[in-house]
Amino acid sequence: MVQGTQVEAPPTLAARLMPAQFSWAWLGVMPFFIFALMFLIVPTADLMIGGFQDADGNFTLNNIRDLFQPSILSAYWISIEISVASAVGGAVIGFFLAYAAVIGGLPAWIRPTIMTFCGVASNFAGIPLAFAFLATLGRTGLVTVLLIKFFDFNIYSTGFNLLSFWGLTLTYLYFQIPLMVLILAPALDGLKREWREASAILGATGWQYWRHVALPILWPSLVGTTLLLFANSFGAIATAYGLTGSSLNIITILLYAQIRGDVLHNQNLGYALALGMILITALSNGGYIWLSARSERMRR
Amino acid sequence: MKESRFGAWLALIIGTLYFVVPLIGTFEFSLRMRRGVYSFDAYRVVLSDPRFQASFGYSTVLAVATIIVGVLLVVPTAYWVQLRLPRLRPVVEFITLLPLVIPAIVLVFGYLRIYNSSSWIPFTAHERTTDLLLTFSYVTLALPYMYRAVDTGLRAIDVRTLTEAAETLGAGWPRILFSVILPNVRTAVLSGAFLTFAIVIGEFTMASLLDRPAFGPYLQLMGANRAYEPSALAIIAFVVTWACMGLIQVFGRGKAAARRPAGR
Repeated sequence: MVQGTQVEAPPTLAARLMPAQFSWAWLGVMPFFIFALMFLIVPTADLMIGGFQDADGNFTLNNIRDLFQPSILSAYWISIEISVASAVGGAVIGFFLAYAAVIGGLPAWIRPTIMTFCGVASNFAGIPLAFAFLATLGRTGLVTVLLIKFFDFNIYSTGFNLLSFWGLTLTYLYFQIPLMVLILAPALDGLKREWREASAILGATGWQYWRHVALPILWPSLVGTTLLLFANSFGAIATAYGLTGSSLNIITILLYAQIRGDVLHNQNLGYALALGMILITALSNGGYIWLSARSERMRR
Repeated sequence: MKESRFGAWLALIIGTLYFVVPLIGTFEFSLRMRRGVYSFDAYRVVLSDPRFQASFGYSTVLAVATIIVGVLLVVPTAYWVQLRLPRLRPVVEFITLLPLVIPAIVLVFGYLRIYNSSSWIPFTAHERTTDLLLTFSYVTLALPYMYRAVDTGLRAIDVRTLTEAAETLGAGWPRILFSVILPNVRTAVLSGAFLTFAIVIGEFTMASLLDRPAFGPYLQLMGANRAYEPSALAIIAFVVTWACMGLIQVFGRGKAAARRPAGR
């Protein structure tokens, strides 16, 4: 679809606006499109086609069918669970934090401080983040040790384990919450003070204002950003790999092992695995793009 | 009103705790290397490790190369789209968003499939060409951020008038791009550049799967084999990220201050 548009659009445009400079205008964006083809579109399309081929290159649906074996399904499922948990958690906590920063009535210096920190924290992902949480909540981490020392409370005796579903979710929140704050703050800015005053004059309580005025305006941003957070953690691997090595069976780690050593013993099944991931992230990101366009229109 | 402010403080305090405690924990852990007393031993060990120096240096070079290629790719494209092909804008914007849609691990999987040593463009056949492929894959990763930064910068200036003025004065295209447009979007380019640096410096997935000795794989190796050094490395990585974001702020503010006297 993308390829179709990019081939058609320049000639029609050039023909309409600048017939004399047709070749010039077209050539100006050629490097970009060649780059996009070489490093985005063709590699991805090639994988997707590979997902529908057998080892000899014949068309088959077997790989797609083989995705539904328990070990692969469970990897997808754990990834989806962690992504949902960290996206919803990040969205809720991020919303309150953004609310506090933007319209919470806190001292003026707090907002820029939060925003700068969020810029840093949303980029502080991957292996260093895993190290940070191991040093904090690992078996000899600071918080673990202090809780035992002062409260005689061992979080590991409650069944908590950093190298598990909740541990990974808690770690992912470290970059999910800041991302939510960064994206949501402009949307909260768009809530006009007059609306709140008008609803107060009409006798609405704070809850009624949020229920009937603010949330209906904000929901595309809220849902859209949650979808973005979902895709963000679904495709993440470095944090999980740094935290758990290859012990946690999430889809990115399975794919990593497959690329490294063909653990599925079927190259094309690996391509189908990637195809499934693209499908999931494309759906959630597509939802985000659609909803954010919608909320931008509403704000105007 | 008082009630809501209490909620805001509460959110802020909980948020601060969640975000600051791991940093304190990491820092404390990184000081524990010498038994019974806090010391900077872990940092000394890490900083004097030749593999640290080599991999950090390698990733720095790669980040700089990524920034150069990215700027050369994005600035002319965004400029040209704004000036001559505005109808192409949605297509270009959509493409620049694709790296957010397609996970990095899937992209590199695709590269390994079509650019392997027996393919028509055997990028992975030699170390140097693999470096090139890694640079291009980092340009791809940074594309959404770089494009958005530059596009925002270009929208803030009057591209058409500047181009026409330069043309009238007899400037050719390279000169218009490098002496007129680029200096005017310098701040935007710099913020895109620092963000790119922050993304590239600790990147793990692509470097590891392309088997290059970058900082990310080194971090992973240390994490698997050492106790205290990883914490020191996490603090170093955090400082680098913080420095990149700080520099974006500094340059952003410098621009705002410089623009005000000029008046609009």
